[in-house]
Amino acid sequence: MNQRFRGPWTLFKKEILRFWRVSFQTVAAPVMTALLYLLIFSHVLGGRVEVYPGVPYTVFLIPGLIMMSVLQNAFANSSSSLIQSKVMGSIIFVLLTPLSYLEFFLAFLAASIIRGLVVGLSIYLVAICFIDLPLVHPMFILAFALFGSGMLGAFGIIAGLWAEKFDQMAAFQNFVIMPLSFLSGVFYSIHSLPPFWQQVSHLNPFFYMIDGFRYGFFGQGDISAWFSLSVVVGSFIALSLVTIGMLKAGYKLRG
Amino acid sequence: MTPAIKIEQVHKQFGALHALKGVDLTIEQGEFFALLGPNGAGKSTLINLLAGLLRPSSGNLSVMGNDVMAQYRQARHALGVVPQELVFDPFFNVREMLRFQAGYFGKGPENDPWIDEVIESLGLTDKANTNMRRLSGGMKRRALIAQALAHKPPVIVLDEPTAGVDVELRYMLWEFIKRLNREGHTIILTTHYLEEAETLCSRVALLKQGEVIALDSTKNLLASIPGKKLRLKLANALPPSLKGMVRHQEAQDYTLSLNAINQVEYVLAELRSANVVVEDMQLIEPDLEDVFVDLMGRA
Repeated sequence: MNQRFRGPWTLFKKEILRFWRVSFQTVAAPVMTALLYLLIFSHVLGGRVEVYPGVPYTVFLIPGLIMMSVLQNAFANSSSSLIQSKVMGSIIFVLLTPLSYLEFFLAFLAASIIRGLVVGLSIYLVAICFIDLPLVHPMFILAFALFGSGMLGAFGIIAGLWAEKFDQMAAFQNFVIMPLSFLSGVFYSIHSLPPFWQQVSHLNPFFYMIDGFRYGFFGQGDISAWFSLSVVVGSFIALSLVTIGMLKAGYKLRG
Repeated sequence: MTPAIKIEQVHKQFGALHALKGVDLTIEQGEFFALLGPNGAGKSTLINLLAGLLRPSSGNLSVMGNDVMAQYRQARHALGVVPQELVFDPFFNVREMLRFQAGYFGKGPENDPWIDEVIESLGLTDKANTNMRRLSGGMKRRALIAQALAHKPPVIVLDEPTAGVDVELRYMLWEFIKRLNREGHTIILTTHYLEEAETLCSRVALLKQGEVIALDSTKNLLASIPGKKLRLKLANALPPSLKGMVRHQEAQDYTLSLNAINQVEYVLAELRSANVVVEDMQLIEPDLEDVFVDLMGRA
């Protein structure tokens, strides 16, 4: 490999190995959680609710659960790695190297995307063993998974840079990421909400990721998939620029 | 020859605190250099500036002729820093960490023989495949040193490398570092063990409150302290006429400061006339600790 790329490649590889070494916690556990959601919600609501015509509720639920897990795990990867290495002090091993802020960003981002995709793919593979899931627009599925996990990976870097303690990170996860993902239409269509809450949902970027991702499976969604994709790509670019800016300034990394 | 380290008029402020006040320092290639000073003198700040962990408020720093800001890639390639704190990544074993560390610097499998050499030289062979969190404190310290050396930098900074380590490791570490120095590596050391600096380092800079108050060869600094010390173990109390010369006392053990060697005769005469029995006596040359205490008290 070209010496120039070996540095960022090494950081990427290390970040991948970091979550893979504890894959029971980082991959198996979120897959289990998603399957439990699926089991409980489909048992309680299956047969009583039909969100899209001809799509059973259990089938409707799966893409949302996959995407929610992709997003949460992409966020968890970069944020937990950063906060852990900051608190333990091992971040110094990366800061002492010739890696640029852009290389740092790309390595952390790519590792987050990989973890998000690994978790998402695992849920998908387990789900299709039991449920027949259509794939109407696979490219949309891929695009939303990539840009969605990229966006949350970048958001995770921001949170990891900002937080100085584990409880700050937990607050970020519980008061920002969880509400945004649960109120994004994973378990319902926003058309079932009162008009006011429909409007509020449109302010939630997670809604566009879930809806667009689901469109890739069923060919139908609450809003235009192209519009959702524009919002997601736009948000990804905006968050990436903020993250790169913070890394360039050495925010809470270099004094 | 390009200096290993060049620091020109470096200031660093943390809000109202002026941590470094116009530091100038040049360290030549191949030197074994000591950076000394009390806690809060600015040693770690200076090292962090060299390593790019901090940015100077003003002034320039370069490593092997590469500006640490404008040419940070080259500067960091040339520098290996052993941090003071025992930090480690709990997910990996020693060999993996060293390979990652070298990889960040663009080094691949061709660097493995060097990593093996570092592992062996630091007595880590048995622990090479042990997870970092399972290592004892001393072993973690060795692994930290190995990490700083993984990319074979020409300039090595050791920030308190022997703090809290046992005698065996200290000896092994210094033998290895001396070998690296003989092979041409520039070594910069900060330590609280002044006898280490005196034995190993050819030149010393003393920092106090962000300023270099002394910069000279170890030999010249030692020569700057006049007189010697006389250590006495007495059977009785010291006569009052000698009390003014006492520098240190522990029970009946006294250390007296002598301005000149001929004062020994005066001390012995006073002891004789007071009928004080001398059980043991030792004449001691000034050491770096004396220089340190003298300069810190003066500046």
